[in-house]
Amino acid sequence: MSYRHNDSGRLIDRSQTLTFTFDGKTFTGHPGDTLASALLAGDRMLVGRSFKYHRPRGIVASGVEEPNALVNMGHGNRMEPNQRATTTELFDGLTAVSQNRWPTLDSDIGAMNAAIARFLPAGFYYKTFLWPRAFWKNVYEPFIRQSAGLGRAPTEADPDSYEHFHVHTDVLVVGGGVAGLAAAKAAAATGLKVLVLEQTHYWGGRTPVDGGKIDGMPAQEWIDATVAELEAMRNVTLRTRTMGAGVYDHGYALGYERLTDHAPDAEGPRHRLWRIRARQIVTATGAIERPLAFAGNDVPGVMLASAMRDYLVNWGVVPGQRIVVATNNDDGYRTAIVLKKAGLDVLRILDAREAGGGALMQEARDLGLRIDCGRGIGKVSGGKRVKKVQICVTTGTGGAMEALDCDAVAMAGGWSPVVHLWSHCGGKLVWDDAQAHFRPDPAKAPTGADGLPFVTTAGSASGPMALGSVLQDGAAAGTRAAKAAGGKGRAPKVPVAEDVEEAAMLPVWQMPARAEYRLKSKSWLDFQNDVKVSDVELAAREGFESVEHTKRYTTLGMATDQGKLSNINGLAVLAGALQKPIPQVGTTTFRPPYTPISIGAIGGSARGDIFQPVRMTPMHAWHDVHGADWEPVGQWRRPYAYPQQGEKVEEAVQREVTNTRDNVGLLDASTLGKILVRGPDAGRFLDMLYTNMMSTLKVGRCRYGLMCSENGFLIDDGVVARVGEDAWLCHTTTGGADRIHAHMEEWLQTEWWDWKVHVANLTEQYAQIAVVGPKARQLLESLGGMDLSAETLPFMAWADGELGGIGVRVYRISFSGELSFEIAVRAGQGLALWEKLVEAGKAFGVMPYGTEALHIMRAEKGFIMIGDETDGTVIPQDLGLDWAISKKKTDYLGKRAQERSHMTDPTRWKLVGLETEDGSVLPDGAYAVGRGKNANGQLVTQGRVTSSYHSPTLGRGIAMGLVLHGPDRMGEVLEFPGTDDKVYRAKIVNPVFFDPEGAKQNV
Amino acid sequence: MKRYSAFAIAREGFRAHKGWDRAWTAPEPRKNYDVIIVGAGGHGLATAYYLGRNFGITNVAILEKGWLGGGNTGRNTTIIRSNYLQDPSAAIYEKARSLYETLSQDLNYNVMFSPRGLIMLAQTHHEVRGYQRTAHANKLQGVDTEWISPTRVKELCPIIELKGPRYPVLGGLYQERGGTARHDAVAWGYARACSAMGMDIIQNCEVTGIRTEAGRVRGVSTTKGEIDCQKLGIVVAGHSGVLAQMAGFRLPIESVALQALVSEPIKPCMDVVVMANTVHGYMSQSDKGEMVIGGGADGFNNYTQRGSFHHIEETVRSLIETFPMVSRLKMLRQWGGIVDMTGDRSPILSKTPVDNIFINCGWGTGGFKAIPGSGWGFAELMATGESALCEAFSLDRFRAGRFIDESVAAGVAH
Ligand SMILES: Cc1cc2nc3c(=O)[nH]c(=O)nc-3n(C[C@H](O)[C@H](O)[C@H](O)COP(=O)(O)OP(=O)(O)OC[C@H]3O[C@@H](n4cnc5c(N)ncnc54)[C@H](O)[C@@H]3O)c2cc1C
Repeated sequence: MSYRHNDSGRLIDRSQTLTFTFDGKTFTGHPGDTLASALLAGDRMLVGRSFKYHRPRGIVASGVEEPNALVNMGHGNRMEPNQRATTTELFDGLTAVSQNRWPTLDSDIGAMNAAIARFLPAGFYYKTFLWPRAFWKNVYEPFIRQSAGLGRAPTEADPDSYEHFHVHTDVLVVGGGVAGLAAAKAAAATGLKVLVLEQTHYWGGRTPVDGGKIDGMPAQEWIDATVAELEAMRNVTLRTRTMGAGVYDHGYALGYERLTDHAPDAEGPRHRLWRIRARQIVTATGAIERPLAFAGNDVPGVMLASAMRDYLVNWGVVPGQRIVVATNNDDGYRTAIVLKKAGLDVLRILDAREAGGGALMQEARDLGLRIDCGRGIGKVSGGKRVKKVQICVTTGTGGAMEALDCDAVAMAGGWSPVVHLWSHCGGKLVWDDAQAHFRPDPAKAPTGADGLPFVTTAGSASGPMALGSVLQDGAAAGTRAAKAAGGKGRAPKVPVAEDVEEAAMLPVWQMPARAEYRLKSKSWLDFQNDVKVSDVELAAREGFESVEHTKRYTTLGMATDQGKLSNINGLAVLAGALQKPIPQVGTTTFRPPYTPISIGAIGGSARGDIFQPVRMTPMHAWHDVHGADWEPVGQWRRPYAYPQQGEKVEEAVQREVTNTRDNVGLLDASTLGKILVRGPDAGRFLDMLYTNMMSTLKVGRCRYGLMCSENGFLIDDGVVARVGEDAWLCHTTTGGADRIHAHMEEWLQTEWWDWKVHVANLTEQYAQIAVVGPKARQLLESLGGMDLSAETLPFMAWADGELGGIGVRVYRISFSGELSFEIAVRAGQGLALWEKLVEAGKAFGVMPYGTEALHIMRAEKGFIMIGDETDGTVIPQDLGLDWAISKKKTDYLGKRAQERSHMTDPTRWKLVGLETEDGSVLPDGAYAVGRGKNANGQLVTQGRVTSSYHSPTLGRGIAMGLVLHGPDRMGEVLEFPGTDDKVYRAKIVNPVFFDPEGAKQNV
Repeated sequence: MKRYSAFAIAREGFRAHKGWDRAWTAPEPRKNYDVIIVGAGGHGLATAYYLGRNFGITNVAILEKGWLGGGNTGRNTTIIRSNYLQDPSAAIYEKARSLYETLSQDLNYNVMFSPRGLIMLAQTHHEVRGYQRTAHANKLQGVDTEWISPTRVKELCPIIELKGPRYPVLGGLYQERGGTARHDAVAWGYARACSAMGMDIIQNCEVTGIRTEAGRVRGVSTTKGEIDCQKLGIVVAGHSGVLAQMAGFRLPIESVALQALVSEPIKPCMDVVVMANTVHGYMSQSDKGEMVIGGGADGFNNYTQRGSFHHIEETVRSLIETFPMVSRLKMLRQWGGIVDMTGDRSPILSKTPVDNIFINCGWGTGGFKAIPGSGWGFAELMATGESALCEAFSLDRFRAGRFIDESVAAGVAH
């Protein structure tokens, strides 16, 4: 059994007890426990099921590399799947439920898969499930999906909040172990800004567990003193529970701070994403121990040797009472020694090396431990718990020499530096033969914009594992980084430690070396995804020689630990199978994040109502109060219509049109883009931007203009007013304002940078109200203040003046075919003017109208709408707008493009009006069919509907469309198949349905 | 080639799986081939496969600078749909989709085509109109799509939030036989079939030069030596500009990073693919249980296969709006690929200024779904000099201004 052993446990506070549940059963623990240590203390070794075979899984590690101990935590809207028990700090009331099993963890039906595992090798699913064809989607795939996946999916919206932090620092140190602290100290001594991130809640990393003295003091004392010293420095920021998640180009790095995971009742955001810009980054991320690949290495009770040591020293917990240690290096002895000293029964140390180890071996021997050299594990048996170990000769085929009854196995396979952050942004690795691991190649660091390295590694993350060299490397890295970041001054004294002499390790990738298939197919590499030595060998045999192929074919390293635990073992097995040196096989790519980070944290605080900014006109609140039915237009909200009590939206639209045509309507046109273009070259600039001639426009006059892209396509339209000798105000569509402003800037900055022109986007500086309808002039005159007669203010003119005591600029322009004035006022006066117009308008039957009424009225008049008649493929010539294209100009944006063969092709579809025979509304977006099929078997088309409405003015459906030879085919009837299987017939007509002479607008 | 079947697995299960052959061979290049394809991505491999299958041309080498399928084919989010707006696009994507339906059986390799249904959400009036237009066009193109109501959207995808405060769901364009496939398997299945026809797939063989004589291709220089050919097909996605330069012509292509990410795996909770183009995000759930998430392309040219993090943030933010439950999931991994973007966001399948050099590129952010159709058409073009599927995608469309613009029907294209 696993249990809380003696009174050790440097991280826990035994004076307090916390209660939690796992699969409904109540357990206890102490502050400082992780969920994993507390479960072990409560003799809960079996904690999960593997992905594919649903094999019983126990806790194998003590940190981020844990692949097995994943649980569903919390409930309701705070339920969260796949929480790693080894990095979950225990709190009172924690509820955890095991995953990937049914009905219970102890008796899981899915475990049947294990019984037929021989038929489910790597990639078996590519070779079967082929017939019958329909079965993949309907039978096989649902079955596979159901048995795969891990935790339960949350179902509710997340009630917690998240936030982003933006920081700049000179030196970022990732990792608060002794190397990170030494690096931070060295860097901070230069006075530079230093930020240190540590993923756990304590400083010092694993040194206090591994032992050793620093500068003559016990490691913990040195750590406490150093942290105190750093804390006192104003240029240093220290953060625990904050993981360095990723390194990106240009010194950008992400920190992931878990603020309330350990204290769910605390106020404030749950996670914080640190968006860091650092001149230099030091990754002092430590190293991770590798398991050994022997048969049954996945049975609960088999654990990394270092993890077993951690559990005992940090939390006073042991996984069993009768323990076997298997190792291929000296570090394994540390675990044996710690266990023995705690009074545990270490049955045997199996050292794979013929010659055994160095000083640590001697120490173990002196403690009376029995050591077998040249021996390893042939097989571990036991179902849900280790029962027995068979000992074999390491170099043999696995023949058992002896069997030991035991309940826990520690495996020590050597250490690999954590190179993830180094690699994220292109840092390269070299293979270190002596330690059998990949470590960062200092000559091939990630480089910044200046071509110089911006990441450096420190401590065991660089490769060295012994305390003395780790400290030295850490301090040197800090000094190096500070110097590169521009720091000056002398580095502080390098901390020193004495190292024990260690004997060379022996790489062991399969134990025993000549194991048969029977054993290899039980020797796990990827514990979560059930990838075994035999799977990697099968992949190699089938030609999946690239390490990326093997990964993808076998799913090695694709589990939630992303290969942290044993990817190197997998690579080595692959290299062995291919008979290639390991460095030639290489690694797969390391991608952010280092360990999974919450999607909530990435999203940050911009959610719900503040997901994106809402832009509001000065009259927004008035619209809201008056029942506006809102339509999002970009980030604006515009009233679509103002339905009255008991009125449907469509009815409101029809009423608004009729009232505007009969009386007078008000439209909030403030969202229309208003861009001021000014300067001695402004006219010349606008002549290039618009197809029309704008430079000849007279001050005081307006002109409707078209803007095309370089490719000739119509991108925006609007009225341009010349507001001064060298100033023009360009109106754009609502959606176009920002885009067109950027378009102007782009041309000015990249092409015509020597032209004297300024562009300013004044969209929000003005409120704009369209007063539209036969009674518009009367209404405005009733406010008094300026002369709006046709003589003083003719069509397409503007004038400054005053209305009802408010300073205004009035444009006499029309998008509805009615007598119409657009009145611009300073934004702050918008609501006041609007309310005056509503009040004074009562006598004239004024009503506000929304965007849909606007659309219908413009369609009745045959005016095009950007985004309806245009879609990025339409040129002005298609729309009969040739009149707006200056023939005098030698150039404008799009001119050359419009001369290309396809643009002048007479078969381009052209704008026409369309009327159904029965007056019904044509389906929007419908296509007119031609005759026959094209070479690809598609029905030939000859036109399409671009806008379609019910016109209250005409009492029938009207539509606009683009039709092959359309203008030459007036009166012809086209057929439009609807998606409802009906065929709609419509006649080609003039697109101006209403008042073609313009009698109503020119009064 | 040994056939794959449940029976074969059972047999091998009793003999330690020792009897499986290599899926494809690893030959050294020969001096001369009838056809060389550069790039063993999905498009290159499919081209080779249909050259053999439909035209009996099997003296073919496929040269790959890295590992086959290691470009965008092995990095994409595997969405398959054919609900495109423009006729030429709908034709080639629907051809591809229909070939996907039987691809596993044709290749004797389970590519896990999963026509689980795909919804493109309409979240503005403008999008509603755009998709209704597409639905009309698809009907005439023989593409089976349907406009569906918000209620139906919710039925198909219960984890969706219809009433997002900013962008409520107004409906969707639904393609019932759209879905996903296993990307690696597509590359591997084609590779295995090509190899079985006697074609040489040569990995770790980078093309470093193209030799021409009198305006006609003679062969290529590679890191494994000189190789001659009668015809050359360039199918290298993000590196197309580089290869075109070797052949002496230029392409209207820009290479930018496109990123994607997956969550940790969870039990099935989403049976359809959903794309939300207004907010720029899309999501599906892989058979392993990961939520597969993607968004828009980066805004600058790049060859590093890394992108900028703020794009991930934007994508994720918008998905939290659409699928609030994802907030409590964790991102397991993010990555990027270099996509080849043309000005009109449509591919190029074309002859080139050099005789007997053909180019297939420009698939940009959405070419996985096209692999079988593209291979089918491009093989026809290479073998016969003409292909109805490819015709509209020729290079000279840029000169004529005959663009095939798909951005018309709103949003991102995957
Ligand atoms: C993140 C992401 C998500 C995507 N999502 C989707 C999606 O959901 N649906 C969809 O349909 N599409 C998607 N795509 C797009 C899709 O992946 C690509 O369009 C498609 O895979 C391109 O295939 P390919 O064969 O043309 O290119 P690749 O697969 O990139 O193959 C080109 C090959 O050429 C090789 N090569 C290059 N230069 C040389 C040389 N000099 N010599 C020899 N070989 C060379 C490369 O190594 C590479 O293997 C996505 C892309 C990305 C990056």
